[in-house]
Amino acid sequence: MSQPKRSAAMIASIADAGVKTTSAPFGHALNALAAVDDRVVGLTADLSKYTDMHIFAAEHPDRFFEMGMAEQVMMGAAAGMAAVGLVPFATTYSVFATRRAYDFLCLDAAEPGLNVNIAAALPGLTTGYGPSHQATEDVAILRGMPELTIFDPADAVDVEAIVPAAAALPGPTYTRLLRGHVPRVLDEYDYTFEVGKAKVVRPGSDVVIVSSGLMTMRALLAAEKLAEHKVDVSVVHCATLKPFDEETVVAEINTPRLALTAENHTVVGGLFESVASALVKRGIGKQVHAIGLPDAFIEAGALPTLHDTHGLSTDAVVRRVLAELG
Amino acid sequence: MTTIDQQRLARVAEAAYQIRMGVLEQGEAQGEGYVGQALGIADVLAAAYCDKLRYRPEEPEWDGRDRFLLSIGHYALALYAALAAGGVIPREELLTYAADDSRLPMSGMATYTPGMEISGGSLGHGLGQAVGMALGLRVQGRGDQLVYNLLSDGELNEGSTWEAAMSANHFRLGNLIAIVDLNGLQADGRTETVLNNEPQQDRWAAFGWQVQRIDGNDLAAVLTAFDVAAANAKVDGAPQVILCDTKLACGVPILESKEKLHFLRVAAEEWPVAKEQLTAGYQGQEK
Repeated sequence: MSQPKRSAAMIASIADAGVKTTSAPFGHALNALAAVDDRVVGLTADLSKYTDMHIFAAEHPDRFFEMGMAEQVMMGAAAGMAAVGLVPFATTYSVFATRRAYDFLCLDAAEPGLNVNIAAALPGLTTGYGPSHQATEDVAILRGMPELTIFDPADAVDVEAIVPAAAALPGPTYTRLLRGHVPRVLDEYDYTFEVGKAKVVRPGSDVVIVSSGLMTMRALLAAEKLAEHKVDVSVVHCATLKPFDEETVVAEINTPRLALTAENHTVVGGLFESVASALVKRGIGKQVHAIGLPDAFIEAGALPTLHDTHGLSTDAVVRRVLAELG
Repeated sequence: MTTIDQQRLARVAEAAYQIRMGVLEQGEAQGEGYVGQALGIADVLAAAYCDKLRYRPEEPEWDGRDRFLLSIGHYALALYAALAAGGVIPREELLTYAADDSRLPMSGMATYTPGMEISGGSLGHGLGQAVGMALGLRVQGRGDQLVYNLLSDGELNEGSTWEAAMSANHFRLGNLIAIVDLNGLQADGRTETVLNNEPQQDRWAAFGWQVQRIDGNDLAAVLTAFDVAAANAKVDGAPQVILCDTKLACGVPILESKEKLHFLRVAAEEWPVAKEQLTAGYQGQEK
């Protein structure tokens, strides 16, 4: 019997070997923002340590509110705080923010257009705990919510930029939070985060991968490996999933290059379908290959194994691109 | 029991009459609606909007105001009538209730109506938002501003209400006052048969709240309860709840006797009778 791979599911790293990381970028970015904006407050639903909110709680105990395992009242209370002039950031896991507390985010924060910012850890498939903790459909749940801005950061660079950007937006935001030791890759490229903009992070003449979230990191790493195969890959990063930058993405996809999307999410209702919709609206019949999770409950196990099984690992992206090139 | 000044009582009674009349006018304009609940809660709203609440009718967004959160969006016509009685919206606007392009939709929404603090209707949302407002005001050093939340007995079915009740006591939100309308009826029938939630006093007390239970249609009792709550409101004290037993369609016998009181359908010829009965009852009370 082979030695079981340690799953260490809840703290599994998403960093590939050799990729540099930054510790708790969200917590530190929130502290930096709070230092210049006294309207900023933090809430969590018994998950401060697992969402990097503990960094803020330690620095600003008077502006931090532990709400307990009560996601519904956390969303409502955050809306109430925003209504009296504060700028709340509330954290929990993506599964709880979306499946459990949807009605409260929708009606208490989004309908009145309040500045409520949800930072939800463990988006998509970022834990091996199984469906109770794997938010494989969080974007699909939220994309239909009017007024909500949805961010899917690739790394620490994005997380650090999104925190002040979210506070500056008047309405509610949902960020697919990367926490713990978060990879830092975008600083190696000519890239600046902008709300609502897709960015060509890496140009390439043979293949274009439109990606979001941690799959942008994987796409960039895969692009380096594919260069060894003489395949030149462009990576277009969509740090904002809603509103979606259709113009940039369509212009990049609608070329003779092989086109793929790559998302840490089910292929139902997320990035792939956003791209497909943008193309169809313009009458463009270009084939796009979807890298993403199947429309299924994902099994429990070690995260690296699951990512490889379901096509999200760097090597799996390389294999997929080579296969599609034929 | 009353220690309420007679002039004050008469003034608020007149407001309650105006609110009830406003409710009937809105009901007549639509021909149907949540008229029973609105008539039942009129005394509470008169005490709130014409006596206790700090607000500026001409400046509904004034930051120094107390907050009054209507969880129960379908009670909107009662709140509209109270806003009219308080001078926030013009009285004649009540006739646009639930009409196209009106600022007064069937279910109350903050985005539509001046003076409406939250969008209610999806029940079990108000108390959580009240917790956030009370906490938010306190953290800004404005804990003297009170946050009221009017919810219904049916709304106590929702688990989120009890999450918020726990939270309010955990944070010692003495600037938060919940008002529960116990009219005993919800969409599918009597509250006690749909999902029994008595004994109310014990439940709130067990959650750490200071509790008063009153006849919500005894105006002197309502005013006294509001006075007690305001006097007890300490910024780090226990949250408070006023449990109000109310009578559906109170003040209008022709409607009180109807069976399907949750969503009243009233024949066109009944509205004038309802108004006459309301006025006769009010004038009788005055004597």
